[in-house]
Amino acid sequence: MALLEVSGISKSFGTVKAVDRVSLTAGPGELICLLGPSGCGKTTLLRLIAGLEDADEGAVSFEGRELNRARPQQRGFGLMFQDLALFPHMDVFGNVAFGLRVRHLSRSRVRERVDELLALVDMPAYGRRRVHELSGGERQRVALARALAPAPRLLMLDEPLGSLDRALRDSLQGQVRAILKEVGVTSIYVTHDRDEAFAMADSLLFMNRGRIVQSGTPEEVFAAPADEFVARSLGFTNILPGRVVGRSDSFKIECDLGIMFASGPQLEKPGDDGRVTVLIDEKAIAVSTAPYDGPSGKNVLSGTVKEKLFRGREYVLKVRVGLGELSCPATPDTLAGGLKAGEQVSVVVEPDAVRFLKGS
Amino acid sequence: MTAGRLLLLAPLVYLGLFFLYPLAAILQRSLVGDAGLDLASFRSVLGDPYYLGRIWFTIWQALVSTLLALALGLPAAYLFARYEFPGKVFLKALTTVPFVMPTIVVAMGFVALFGSQGLLNTSLMDLFGLDTPPIRITNTLTIILMAHAFYNYAIVVRIVSALWSNLDPHLEETARMLGAGRLRTFGKVTLPLLLPAIASSALLAFAFSFTSFGVVLILGGAQFATLEVTIYELTAKLFRLPLAGALSVVQIVFTYLFLLLYVRLQERSAVRLDLKPQSATVRQRNRMGDRVFIAAMILALFVILSPLMALVERAFSSGDGYSLAHFARLFSNEQGSYFYVSPARIMLNSLRFALATVAVSLVVGTIVAYFLSRPGRRGKGVFDALFMLPLGVSAVTLGFGFILALNRPPLDLRGSWVILVIAHSLVAYPFVIRSLLPVLRGLPPNLREAAAVLGASAARVFIFIDVPIIARALMVGATFAFAVSMGEFGASLLLVRPDFTTMPIAIFRFLGQPGGANLGQALAMSSLLMAVVALGFIVIERFRYRNVGEF
Repeated sequence: MALLEVSGISKSFGTVKAVDRVSLTAGPGELICLLGPSGCGKTTLLRLIAGLEDADEGAVSFEGRELNRARPQQRGFGLMFQDLALFPHMDVFGNVAFGLRVRHLSRSRVRERVDELLALVDMPAYGRRRVHELSGGERQRVALARALAPAPRLLMLDEPLGSLDRALRDSLQGQVRAILKEVGVTSIYVTHDRDEAFAMADSLLFMNRGRIVQSGTPEEVFAAPADEFVARSLGFTNILPGRVVGRSDSFKIECDLGIMFASGPQLEKPGDDGRVTVLIDEKAIAVSTAPYDGPSGKNVLSGTVKEKLFRGREYVLKVRVGLGELSCPATPDTLAGGLKAGEQVSVVVEPDAVRFLKGS
Repeated sequence: MTAGRLLLLAPLVYLGLFFLYPLAAILQRSLVGDAGLDLASFRSVLGDPYYLGRIWFTIWQALVSTLLALALGLPAAYLFARYEFPGKVFLKALTTVPFVMPTIVVAMGFVALFGSQGLLNTSLMDLFGLDTPPIRITNTLTIILMAHAFYNYAIVVRIVSALWSNLDPHLEETARMLGAGRLRTFGKVTLPLLLPAIASSALLAFAFSFTSFGVVLILGGAQFATLEVTIYELTAKLFRLPLAGALSVVQIVFTYLFLLLYVRLQERSAVRLDLKPQSATVRQRNRMGDRVFIAAMILALFVILSPLMALVERAFSSGDGYSLAHFARLFSNEQGSYFYVSPARIMLNSLRFALATVAVSLVVGTIVAYFLSRPGRRGKGVFDALFMLPLGVSAVTLGFGFILALNRPPLDLRGSWVILVIAHSLVAYPFVIRSLLPVLRGLPPNLREAAAVLGASAARVFIFIDVPIIARALMVGATFAFAVSMGEFGASLLLVRPDFTTMPIAIFRFLGQPGGANLGQALAMSSLLMAVVALGFIVIERFRYRNVGEF
């Protein structure tokens, strides 16, 4: 059952359509990650759901009740901004207590609840600290405690870790997810970092140019990216235009790499003119310095190593093939002879890993 | 270093001779009698219900004026801080014009709008065929308070909107999301964060109203007098100098208390805000309510400015239509009578004194600002405070001190126009310091070092590195000094000699003369003064660095 239901919501600023007929649903306790490049409308979408902006069209409803006329403070939602917006004239306690005090809770009840939340975010003794005495991670946790204090029905987080450095982000991601799951609050978490999204999300929403382009679990999305934009966002790099030139039990295609065969289940039908956008999964590419002598039925290409990039645990090879370029994994075998740029290699691509994508 | 110290000597001598010495003369006159220390004059001031009444009136009218200025200024500050609309920059410049208007022009504006021959009364009389002016608020408290509010709301707008427009709107939105309504959000979040700015603007408005002179003298009539007006009367009309001295001391104590409070507030306002650039905080609002608010505010701002518009209208209106008659009379001096010098000559005087004031203020202000901006010298706080002292002493008190102190050889300047320039520059040079300091402090030291390493001498470094960078700040400071001198009224009124009458004094004298022709000339001259100052204000707005400068 969907708690939050957004249907066909749009918002323009001047001539720019920031959010364009977006629909989405969120179930109880679900953690949705909203992914997209900056300027794609993520923040505006959150502001529309929060009621901080008026929608041009469409509706937001919660538990079946339409909220279009409800003011932000009447919706019972929480929103955490990227800059956190901690109240500088209050201490930590005052910040967390704000949402409780405006609800006229008794003094003792406020104290109890604030203590409970500060304990939840692991900052029990910080109540009297001034906001600007806190470190980046501490401010982030105070903001989370403040947003959770009034027990929002829906919590939206707009790139809450965006301003932190990598190491701190990695450690906080887990904590934030654990806290959100412990509280059980339905959440929409905005980020432009796919690793963060994969680490956090129950389900993913991809947004581009004001529209939702794909939704699903991380696994589903990864298995079948809806278009070139999503594929690139997911980290796929071997994407290039091609043309279908023949068809039997598999497609015969022509692209910058040469002639290739594609046999797997396709994500997109070729257009009438045969044009396709080709995605080749890195994992299905094998590079070898020796000529290929394995079983037939594979795409066997030859190329020149252009670059050898060290990625921490593994190497990635940039190989020039035909007029194009492929990014390939390098196994210990491949590297055994001290592979260098400029060397000739054979590149073998599994036909079922050559897939057609919707272009964008 | 010694050369630098030597250079500082000039402003120190200037301050000592022309400010501290006259102040000491006031103290001496009010405290020392024939037989040593004598508190008689203080006793007669503080024991006399009349003077106590003046003090009390001065305080409460300033309080009410401040509240009115806040009531007008805060909504306008909100308008300029949070809304974007066509013509906003122009409107903001226009509405903050009263900030730099000479008091005499403001007073004349109110005469032109509300006076018995003012725009409102003549229009109403024409419209309804009345024989007598229906609006009679000249010489009432109402018009004094209105003029003070008019004069001071611009300060509120400038100071408060500067902070407001940089306040992160996410703070307010977070409060809304946490369940607070608009009113509570304003009360618990916006207002506390704006409080330092509101309080300092209110203190400034209070200080200005407290030492108000021209407005009360011209609009208040015989019935109302602030301390400043009382000091003037005791000095210039009744010649009771010890009493005037005692009242001056009382006033100085009060104004320094405000200034102290103001400085403390500025320091305490360091609730660290994550200020945002204005472009990030301004939103286009298209809701109906927003549009109504913007339209109503713009209308209200034009109503507020109506005295200045009325001034221009009256200056051009003669008999049944509009003409340049009043202005022409300024240059013909057909009457010759009361004035020893022609109006044209008076305007030339004002211009001359203003240029001399600019020169003196720039020299003094630049040297002091440089000294204050150099890092790591002890006792700079003391110097800063010392050189800001003239801001806290009212113009009439300053003039009074000059009369007492600069009347004996070798410092007998009473017959010379130099005394006016000195008085004006004392009021003006703090503005030069305040416009220069932020820019000088922001000047990266390695810029000068780079030039020095490249082989430039100290003088060349100053001319080729410093001057181009601070030129705009100098321009702003110079323009302030110019406007201050053109409009200076209180000190001039006490010090002026007929042959070097200035424009504000002449306007005042015109007003004291009966007859429509004199009023016409007063209006025409006020309009000219307003035009000159407004021009200067445009220059300031054009040249000031964005978000830099303390005024």
